[in-house]
Amino acid sequence: MTTLLNVKDLRAYYGQVQALHGLSFSLNEGSLTTLLGANGAGKTTTLRAICNMVRSTGAIEFEGKPLSNRSTESIVRFGIAHVPQGRGTFTTMTVEENLQLGAITRKDSAGIVSDVERMYAHFPVLKQRHTQQAGTLSGGEQQMLAVARALMLRPRLMLLDEPSFGLAPLVVRDLFGILGKINREDKVSILVVEQNAQLALELADQAYVIETGRIVMSGNAKDIANNEEIRKSYLGY
Amino acid sequence: MELFTNQVLAGIATGAIYACMALAVVMIYQAIDHLNFAQGEMAMFSTFISWQLMQWGVSYWLAFLITLAFSFVAGIAIERILFKPLAKAPVLTNVAGFIALFAIINSSAGLIWDFTIKQYPTPFGSAPFLGSQLISTHQAGMIGVTVLLLLGLYFFFQYTRIGLAMRAAASVPESARLVGINTSWMIALGWGMATAIGAIAGMLIAPVVFLEPNMMGGVLIYGFAAAVLGGLTSPFGAVVGGFLVGIFENLAGTYIPGVGNELKLPIALALIISVLVVKPAGLFGRHIVKRV
Repeated sequence: MTTLLNVKDLRAYYGQVQALHGLSFSLNEGSLTTLLGANGAGKTTTLRAICNMVRSTGAIEFEGKPLSNRSTESIVRFGIAHVPQGRGTFTTMTVEENLQLGAITRKDSAGIVSDVERMYAHFPVLKQRHTQQAGTLSGGEQQMLAVARALMLRPRLMLLDEPSFGLAPLVVRDLFGILGKINREDKVSILVVEQNAQLALELADQAYVIETGRIVMSGNAKDIANNEEIRKSYLGY
Repeated sequence: MELFTNQVLAGIATGAIYACMALAVVMIYQAIDHLNFAQGEMAMFSTFISWQLMQWGVSYWLAFLITLAFSFVAGIAIERILFKPLAKAPVLTNVAGFIALFAIINSSAGLIWDFTIKQYPTPFGSAPFLGSQLISTHQAGMIGVTVLLLLGLYFFFQYTRIGLAMRAAASVPESARLVGINTSWMIALGWGMATAIGAIAGMLIAPVVFLEPNMMGGVLIYGFAAAVLGGLTSPFGAVVGGFLVGIFENLAGTYIPGVGNELKLPIALALIISVLVVKPAGLFGRHIVKRV
């Protein structure tokens, strides 16, 4: 297995406050990796640091190429799609325009047209609502739209920040099912940050547990899910 | 009745200019959340450029096009040099920047072309339009050019990828960066386009108000009134607001006793204040609601 993303000694700062304290992890091509941890552990900051949305030091390599000191918008062109916390929906624009925006860096207009149809096949509810303002969608629908928008990039790697946040349990199941399918069928590697550890561990093959800006545990997702001690002390279920 | 129709049509003609100014103001407001007080002076300077070109023997429409190109580039340059470094600065710093820009452009124009009033040509002539006494060909031309401009802008923003990217960058900058849009250049592009739109407004109104460095002062205030009336967050509202202010100004000047030409401008200011009191987001503006 080849390494897709390699993060070494990542330190991130909000003003004077240090949020990540030398965090290292790697992610294999084709894997579905989850980053777990409590509130304030540094999960979101890790994703934001990968896309250079927060001041950070350390080495981040994607397919062997360094990402440090590149602007957020140029990192997207490497094939990294980031679905931020709160979904980042363009609420005043239509569902279809949101999908078009996901592919704004692509030049192949025929491919974009067929990908929009592909997204409607993945998420039929988006097809029904394609002319609606995205802000009028329900939370679950907006999350579907955010994932679809990210996929419109044809990403190599998708970063998802708490996709389950604020969604009904049934909707979350649905969404995670789709994520698994995308990972297997479209060969998109996924790094998902979650507070809902139980669900994330069912879905993922690799897992990292993060506490106060450091990786404290890593391994096979099944092993971590089966280890009662880890579950109790870090994951709280 | 003929007086009424006449005043409404004349109002639509000047309203077209206010609509252009309001649109320019709204475009920059959407991009950087500040009102560009120097918008009128920038338009005035562009108009002087076209006048100078015509003095050198360039034909009207060629001068018009060269001026648009110049204004577009100059708008981008102003953003890159002056306002990009101020992007994260407090509001008052930006306001000071706009006032400085206003003074610099106004004085430069006075220095280069002096403050005497100049005649400015119209390509449409000033005969009665289609033989009717209601409206002149120049007024009809003002309306025609504005409508063409608005249609062009509508298609640009609705049906081109760059237009879509500009809208995205203005509405949710962080998400726009996350899909790979260079939001900083989108802002610069917005400045370029707003400056070119202002130039069109300046060149169309110059035959009416005559060319001089302070020609756009009143026009810009009407433009602000139009933008506030329509809602600063809505380009469509700005355009409707422009036409409404134009009509309102003319009707008030004609029918309200004692208003006349002298009190038309205060009427526009009164309109700004009344709208802000009754409907702060304007007729078509959105209230920005944040979930907490």
